[in-house]
Amino acid sequence: MRAPRDRVALLGLAVITASVLLAAVAPALAPADPVKNDLLARLTPPMWMDGGSAHHPLGTDTLGRDVVSRLLYGARVSLVVGFSAVILAGALGVVLGLVAGYYGGRIDDALMRLGDVQLAFPALVLAIAVLAVVGSGLGNVVLVLGVTGWVTYARIARGETLSLRHREFVEGARALGARDAAILWRHVLPNVLPSITVVATFSVARTIIAEASLSFLGLGIPPPAPSWGAMLDEGRNYLTTGWWLALFPGLAILAVVLGINVVGDWLRDTLDPRLERGL
Amino acid sequence: MRAFLLRRLVHAVFVVWGVVTVVFFLVRLTGDPAALLVDATATREEVARTRQMLGLDRPLYVQYVDFLTSAPLGDFGVSIRERRPAMRMVLEHFWPATAQLALAALVLAVVLPIPLGVIAATHRNGLVDHLSRLGSLFLQSMPSFWLGLMLILLFAVALGGLLPAFGWGTLRHLILPAVTLAAAPLAQNVRLIRSGMLEVLQHDYVRTARAKGLAERGVIYRHAFRNAAGPFLTVSGLSLGFMLSGTIVIETVFSWPGMGRLIVQAVPGRDFPVIQAAVFLFAMLFVAVNLVVDVLQGLLDPRARVFEDAG
Repeated sequence: MRAPRDRVALLGLAVITASVLLAAVAPALAPADPVKNDLLARLTPPMWMDGGSAHHPLGTDTLGRDVVSRLLYGARVSLVVGFSAVILAGALGVVLGLVAGYYGGRIDDALMRLGDVQLAFPALVLAIAVLAVVGSGLGNVVLVLGVTGWVTYARIARGETLSLRHREFVEGARALGARDAAILWRHVLPNVLPSITVVATFSVARTIIAEASLSFLGLGIPPPAPSWGAMLDEGRNYLTTGWWLALFPGLAILAVVLGINVVGDWLRDTLDPRLERGL
Repeated sequence: MRAFLLRRLVHAVFVVWGVVTVVFFLVRLTGDPAALLVDATATREEVARTRQMLGLDRPLYVQYVDFLTSAPLGDFGVSIRERRPAMRMVLEHFWPATAQLALAALVLAVVLPIPLGVIAATHRNGLVDHLSRLGSLFLQSMPSFWLGLMLILLFAVALGGLLPAFGWGTLRHLILPAVTLAAAPLAQNVRLIRSGMLEVLQHDYVRTARAKGLAERGVIYRHAFRNAAGPFLTVSGLSLGFMLSGTIVIETVFSWPGMGRLIVQAVPGRDFPVIQAAVFLFAMLFVAVNLVVDVLQGLLDPRARVFEDAG
């Protein structure tokens, strides 16, 4: 079973690399301006269909904007939000988890109870409510998804720290007079990182879907900026006349998220076999 | 057992207090809740009048204590758009529309995986095993609302209106939204039951049951599945939580008149009493589901009572 898994993971990695590259060179590749309207060319079908045009390989939307160009630029939004929100959540969660696990006592209690309260909210509901107050936009979406994502990382980091803090190499470092921050950084953190990397990988996938959901609901990236979720929102009213508007952005999300998930599976098996499968 | 129940209950009460506090501070994130609680076109005098009318000019701690006593009773003020009590509106949308959708999806996602998961475990690398593996990988990698759009495209558009694309009222209207909502957790639950069964099937008591000459069906469902069912309970609870938040996007896709769609529609109109009430109810349902699952788990498996403090 080993070899096919590796091959699938490699394929996933290729998909991720390709999407990052495509997003990076979007301005050079895009056949048209992603936000420029061209009402005469509205709802042009993909090029292989009757009425399609080579200028618009995947057709145009209801304002005549080129779908390929919007998909390429939309990749930027998905990837930027996915990665930066997860980095923010991971950094926040790991620091809080290390502190909670290392010092224990009241700090630990307070942080863990805070985590309990946070988990009482469905993530999407909390994000919607906060964005309703602070307003939508790329920065706010990253902040909201990042700040609300800390709990899982904190719990993992805390658990690992609890089991490590009385081990010989940590006691030894302390006896040698190392400062707490140095002990956490040099001796505890490296032991926490494998599990965190696995969880973070799956989180990028989930965050990309969360951003798409928020943009689909009109609370994420405001128009006319191209976001895959927002494109699906525009497409859903034209299922009978412009099915391609609902199909392609979804396929783009599926490809990138699937790629990340299979890499995550592989990382889990390789780095941290103890983590539960299938959850 | 009583100590365990009491501890869970105290914890739930604490979480409710935390939830109320978060909802209280939510509208104060930007500093001036009065500006959020009036119409977007309101003049400065109107904002001031609202501030006074709602008691927002009082010291923060007075407002907080007031909120702590009124919110748990469901008093979130009056909807800005409809001028009706916000919580009543939310409840009207929760029951029956959202409850119907979530329960239908839950039944699909919890009942169907039982036979499928057992088959996947007893016929490893068979059709059901492979399909459920692929299904769970793919369904977890797509937004549920996109699956909904594709199902509409297939059943309502391509197949000439075999099933209605939106609306509410009949069983036919329920099929597409419930299937969309149930699909991802369904596939995942098949995998979970499968791995639970595979583990249990290796145990001695299963071998003993077989050696006694019991029929294979009896061995599998009576002896093995019962012991594999424990984690499944937790997962069902998680699935229900997932369904509740999933209703937000799914209700929007299918124009389902539930509380998910209500909260989404309340945002552009900045109808904060409704948003607050809906967020509160969502969180309460979450807490209730978790409490029930924990208690059931404690009843079924005494070990869970001891271990639950360790995590």
